[in-house]
Order: sequence, then structure tokens, then C-alpha cells
Amino acid sequence: MAKNFVTTTINGDEVEFASYPGQSLLDVLRSELHMTGTKNGCGSGDCGACTVVLNGRPVNACLVLGVELDGAEIETIEGMATGTKLHPLQQKFLDHAALQCGICTPGILTMAKAFLEKNPDPTESEVRYGLAGNLCRCTGYDKIVRAVLDAAADMRADG
Amino acid sequence: MSNDQSTTNYRWVGKRTPRPDGVDKVTGRARYGDDMSVPGMLHCKILRSPHAHARIVSIDLSKAKALKGVKAVLTCAEIPDHPLSEPPYAPIINDMHDISRNVMAREKVLYDGHAVAAVAATSERIARAALKLIDVEYEVLPHVLDPLEAAQPGAPILNEDQFTFGDETEPKVPSNLFRSITGKRGDLEAGFAEADLIIEREFISEPVHQGYIEPLACIATTSEDGCVELWTTTQGHFVIRALCAKLLNMELAKIRVTASEIGGGFGGKNTIYGEPVAIRLSQMTGRPVRMVMTRTEVFRASGPTVGSRSKIKMGAKKDGTITAAEVDTWYQAGAFKGAPVGRAVETYFSSYKIANVRATCYDVCVNRPKVAAYRAPGAPMAAFAAEGAINELADRLGIDPIDFRLKNAVGEGDESLMGSKYGQIGLVEVLEKVKSHPHYAAPLGPNQGRGFALGYWMHGGGLSSVSAHLLDDGTVTVATGNPDIGGSRSSMRVMAAEELGIDIELIKPIVADTGSMGYSHLTAGSRTTFATGWAVVNAVREIIDKLRALAAKKWGISVDDVIWESGQAVPKKAGQDRIKPLSLKELAGMATKMGGAIAGHSEINAGGVGAAFSAQLVDVEVDPETGFVTPTRYTVVQDVGRAISPDYVEGQMQGGAVQGIGWALNEAYIYDAEGRLQNTGFLDYRMPVASDVPMIDTVLVEVPNPNHPYGVRGVGEPCLVPAPAAVANAVENAIGRTMSWLPLSPPKILQAIEELKLAAE
Ligand code: FES
Ligand code: FES
Repeated sequence: MAKNFVTTTINGDEVEFASYPGQSLLDVLRSELHMTGTKNGCGSGDCGACTVVLNGRPVNACLVLGVELDGAEIETIEGMATGTKLHPLQQKFLDHAALQCGICTPGILTMAKAFLEKNPDPTESEVRYGLAGNLCRCTGYDKIVRAVLDAAADMRADG
Repeated sequence: MSNDQSTTNYRWVGKRTPRPDGVDKVTGRARYGDDMSVPGMLHCKILRSPHAHARIVSIDLSKAKALKGVKAVLTCAEIPDHPLSEPPYAPIINDMHDISRNVMAREKVLYDGHAVAAVAATSERIARAALKLIDVEYEVLPHVLDPLEAAQPGAPILNEDQFTFGDETEPKVPSNLFRSITGKRGDLEAGFAEADLIIEREFISEPVHQGYIEPLACIATTSEDGCVELWTTTQGHFVIRALCAKLLNMELAKIRVTASEIGGGFGGKNTIYGEPVAIRLSQMTGRPVRMVMTRTEVFRASGPTVGSRSKIKMGAKKDGTITAAEVDTWYQAGAFKGAPVGRAVETYFSSYKIANVRATCYDVCVNRPKVAAYRAPGAPMAAFAAEGAINELADRLGIDPIDFRLKNAVGEGDESLMGSKYGQIGLVEVLEKVKSHPHYAAPLGPNQGRGFALGYWMHGGGLSSVSAHLLDDGTVTVATGNPDIGGSRSSMRVMAAEELGIDIELIKPIVADTGSMGYSHLTAGSRTTFATGWAVVNAVREIIDKLRALAAKKWGISVDDVIWESGQAVPKKAGQDRIKPLSLKELAGMATKMGGAIAGHSEINAGGVGAAFSAQLVDVEVDPETGFVTPTRYTVVQDVGRAISPDYVEGQMQGGAVQGIGWALNEAYIYDAEGRLQNTGFLDYRMPVASDVPMIDTVLVEVPNPNHPYGVRGVGEPCLVPAPAAVANAVENAIGRTMSWLPLSPPKILQAIEELKLAAE
């Protein structure tokens, strides 16, 4: 099947890839670009493990087609830390033990970052609804919600 | 609560320490099952049965084989067959006859999703296209999904070579009932005669899936000399090696299995599915083969837990003494025998001292995927029935549910129905903590109810191996053979640091492959921190002994005169205080010049497991218009023995409770009239999301297990056992009638509310 050439920006770098029609962004990231930090939990838009930020909005990468992305700006978990310095959310997830197996973690962190950019001072309930598209089977969400609230407080304090 | 004097002196145990694998997991660097690729690898896809039950008449592979890019196609002809295993049967049955057929269907397909053929091709797309070119002719047969129906004479028979085991008369016709297990004591008739109140109820629970977010995935690479390298997401790579070797008639040493990081398991990644298929396809093609299941395949073809039907009868005196209890429970094993019936009997009534009691559990085959373990296998459904009946007894006798349990609670020296003898246990402490918790007395709002249930679980011990190596610069590697699902590397590191008396940051814990370690059983049965942790302690103690000997040699004194204290060798006799202690780092630097590298090893079969009890209190609010249930408050109180890493102990308890909420309220396998699974994705198989649940409060009761160097009991399983029962009890309390059929989905609750209204009119 013929592939199309696509030029995007991923985590600030220009990235070119070839994608066949029907191939998801998730598959492009994982199989073509070997960026396996974005996870595949379902491939049908139901688990949020594949969450990336596309042109400023969080999306399920399994529901986006690679060929549609010419000129798009994409942020993934691999771009969340600055150099070797973790993002406050990443650090708070470690401090609060907000992960067990960790397979949901990249998607949840990516979603939480996008959520806090829109709503920097959320209530517990707003965090829960903000993350309602991201399944975690291990933690029962308690420590995840606490980590996000704590990160939000720190990020507000740091301006 | 702890009665171990040393608790307060620990430097690392019981503290909130950073997690050694954490950074890789928040940055996306950690490699899970499908995050690996090997140059030249082929992609495997599996053709699955669209029928619940059918005879395979013929399979035509010719068109698929002819497709460009297809390198190999296989059916059961490429998977060795094995004879049925003979009695006596182990508690956990791994019958190669069944596993061979579950991996690839042979004479018949036995469930929707049963593997029939597999393709290896140069891309996933080509592999998928090839599946469409395989022609299978089926003769569709009648199917059966319910375990009670399936156990009746005249039901469609799944396995024609299965005869009920243990029948006194030699059975002449095959049956879906494989066996039953009974535990009993006392005189039931006399016990019921003594009772002032007898209740009889039936309880139903549906199968639920473990729901791990990472689908099953593996890569097999074989070489011409017959050696295999397997990368897979599993709870036990040594078990995967053993099963693959046995199934494929290979030598153990020729299969080297590396466990990837694992994205959840909960018992569901204890066995083999695609691994032997990938190995065979790799052998047939000479290329590495990757097999990754889709979410739909995970639901259709990997084992959920059992669904159950229970008939229970219990009697008690007015003063709350339970006089007799009796239960029959039918478990759906799925297509092949092996429902956790022994564990169910072990669990039934095991928190209570009851003089007259019987529990019988039946292992019945039905046209559903073969069940796998799920967090305390067999126990939550048993607790749903037993705790439901006990809550009703307490309620009708007007006795506080916790007082009722305290009155009947087991203690040290008592036994479960399967003969597990309790040592020092924390049951009374757990119950008293619940009673004094502010949650227990908090007021409830309109349409709200409060539920309570108690769960018991006997943890696993068994085989674990550890190698610890002291390096020249004073750092230490600790290798275990247990995949780390929820932070076990952290606990291993903490225990090693505590023993050695050094900073945790100096210790690097790793999970080693099967070629590097002695046998280690699964990360399951809440056994890893207990059994593997014990082996870690042994291994680092061996290092300490070697360091004491080294110091003794250096000082020219007897090793008996050297003690290990706060990370250094110290001479113990008076008059030797001019000798300066030698630190671990100093000794490490000397070691290779004074004899050789220093390591410690331990290969153990850990006994002395401790029973644990988890008590749970939950409030729910029921919407009378829609029947929708929202849990509003949840408290888990559990005897954890000793919390080595309290963060992750709490996490286990919270995760277990939320899985129980899903089990109680939403999750179920839904089939159509033809026996085809209808809800094969997370949209329709609805697991709890963050907005469905409240914060989960945890209370850690620490009654140490006296057999373990750090008092560990295990923690991952007991917390799920009472959860569905507790949530169901809260719903009962909110709407004012008993509820006996999980999940308590809105239609069932609305119907119950309607019936109550009608009865009132
Ligand atoms: S993989 Fe995209 S939502 Fe699950
Ligand atoms: S930590 Fe395992 S799924 Fe979230």
C-alpha cells in the first residue's frame, strides 16, 4: 500500500514520517518512530493510555490518522521532562506513589498536564472528571488525584 | 498495633522511600511487552472461533499461505498434543492436554474467541489480511454458559473425554462437572436444630476480567541450534518457561525468558496464551515473531475469573452465635477444568468459628474462555455469598454487624475448612479498628446506605531465588526472579538496605531473566514481598557474613569476634577498641584483592505464610430515578503484617477496593443467544473511572507474621475479597431489601425499587 509523507513537529523537533492510509497516530509513534512511551491499551479510544497533545488539545492517538497530521504539533510523554529535569507532575506522581504498574501513567500525565493548563486550580471532583477518560486498573485513582492536586498547587505557587 | 519491639528502630522499613523503577515509568522509558522490537521480526495474528461450540470439520490454509508476505501459517497440527493428566490432581491444575487445546483448538472450538489458526507475516496488516483467507468449516453444536445447567445430565458436553472425578460409582457418561471439593466439620442437622433463626439464600456473580491495561504481548526468537529467547509480559517468567517447555517438548535450559515491565496482571498473566504460538512460528520461519493481542482478543480469549451460583443456608442463636452453615457453589471453569474450587472452600466461613459447617464447590466446564486467576482466586464470590448471608443474620437478629463478627471470630489455633491453621492473626484488631473509625458512626444522607463485609485470605509462599552482588565501590545489585507489578523492587531494596545498614540509593534491585537465576514462582498469591523478600534477606545476610570474615582476616581475629552494625564490621570484644571499624564500602574495595568478589544467594521454599483479614466499610448513594449507584465514602482496614513500603501497601488496598466496586456495580461478560461475547471493549465492559469513585481511606493494622524476618504477610489479595460484598450490602442498606445478583446495575436496582413500591401499595 502506498505511503504518504507527513511532516510534523513532535516535542519541538521537526519529524518526518511515512504513513499508509488508515494508520493511527499511535501506530506511527510506536511502530514507525519507535516512540513507545505512548501506550496502547485498547486501540479504540476507551482507555486513554495513548493520550498525546495535538495542536494544544489532548487526544487519543489511536483515534487520529497519521496521514492527517501534516503541519501538526504533537506533544508526547517523551517531551514532558525538560532535559533531565522532571515536570512537576512527574515528580509528584513519584512522591505520591501515584503509579503501580505504570502502564497508564504516560497517558494520565499527559492528560493531567493539558487539564491543568486549562484549569490550574481544580477541585478534587474536577480532577476526577478531567481524568475520567483515562483508565487505571491498579491504583483506585486515590493517589493519582492527590498527586495532580498537589502538583497544581506547586505549579500555581511557582507561577 | 505491632508487637514487634524493633519496629521503631527501622531506618528504611515502613518509611516512604522513592521507587527504583519510578523515573522510567513517568518518562515513558520503561519497556513493557509491546515496547520491544527485534530486527527482522514477523507479526503474528490469530484466527479465532466465531462460535461458542462447534466441531472443526476442516481448515484450508492454502489461500493464506499464498498471500505475499505470509511466512508461516499454523494450526493445532504444529502444537504437540498431550494425554489427559491423571489423579491425584494438584490444587492448581496445569493439564497439558487442556493447555494444548486452549492455545490452539484441536477437535472442537469451545468458546467464542478460541484460537483456531495463526499467521506470521512481514506486517501486521498482511497477517490480518491472511486470516481472512483461512477457510474453516465448522459444525455448530449447542452450547451452555451457566454452570448449574452445564452440570445437569443432558447438557451439551464440552470435553467428551472428561468424566466426573471422585464419583463413587465409576461414571459411564462424560460430564461438564469435573469435580467437587467439600470441606466440613460437626453435625449440620444438630447445628440447625440449635438455631433461633435460619436463612436460606441464593447468590449469583458474573465472571469479571482482570482488566489489566496492557494487553498480552511477546516476542519469540529461535535459533538453528534449538535455543529460544522469549520476551513477554508475565507475572512469572519461570512459569512461562516451564509451561512452554512442557507443551513444546523442549529442554528447559534452551528457553530463556525475559520478563518485560508488566502493565498489570492481577492473576491474568500467570499462564501461556500466545507464547508457544510465537515460538512455533519462529521455529517454522527462522525469524523472530511478535504476538500482541488486541483488547478484544484479551476479553474473548484470555481468562476472566469464574462466575458463580451459590445456595447458602446459615443458622444463628438469638445471642449471635452462628450454629451451622452450609453452602453449595457452582463455579464456571470456562472451556477447561480448573476453577479455583479448593480456594473457595478454603475461604468459606473461614473468618468464623462455626461448629457445624459444610462447603462444597463444583468445578464445571461451560462455553466461555478458560478462567485464569484473579486476585484471591475463588474468594470474592464466596465472600459475596457468605458475608451477604451473615449481614442478613445480624440484621434480622438486631445485632451490630461488627459485634456479630467479633462474637464468632476465629483466633490463633483455629482452622479453615481446608485445614489451614491460623497462627498469630489480626482479625479482632481489624474489627475493633473499624468499629472505632469515625466512618462507622458518620451520619448518612437520604438515599444513602452503608455496607460492611469481612474478607479472609491465606497467602502463598513457595519457591524464590535471589542473587545479591557487592560491587567494588560499595554499591549492591539485588536480582530476583519476580516481575515487579506494583513496586516490589522498592520493598526488596528496603529490606536489603535495612539488613546491610546502608543507604537505599546504594542498592539497585533488578528482575533477572530465567537464564540468570534459580526458579522463582509467580508474582502472585501476594507472595513476592513475603517469599522473595525473605530470600533477599538471606542473600544479603550471606554477604554480611563474608564481610565479617574479611574484616576478621584483616584484623587477624576470629570471625566470631566481628559483628555487623550500621553498615560496618566492628570488633566485638572489649580491649579491641583501638581497631577502627571497616565500612561496607572499605571492605568492598578490599574484597577482590583478598579472595574474590562477594555475593550472596538464596534459593528457598518459603513456608510459614500468614493469614490476613480485610474489613471494608462503604457508603453509597442510590439515585431512585435511574438506579445508578455512586460510592461516596470507602474505608479499608487490613492486617498487613508489616508494611515494608506503606505507599504501595495503601495502593494495593485502594486498587483492590475499586476493583471490587467495579465487580459489584458494573462489570460482567454479556453474551448473545448464540454464545458470542458482546462487550469486548472498555466502552461496554465498564471498569471504574476516576469520577466513579471517592478517595479510598486505608487503615494499616500491623500484626506481624512471626515467621518472617520482617513480619510480612502479603497484601494484594485480601483487599479485594470483601469488596463486592461490602458494596452490595451498602446498596441493600440504601434501598431496604436484599440484593443477590451481581453486578448491581441500574436496571436491576430500578426493578428492586419498583418491586418494593408495589409491595408497599
Ligand atoms: S489506546 Fe487509545 S484510548 Fe486506549
Ligand atoms: S498503574 Fe497500572 S493501570 Fe494505572
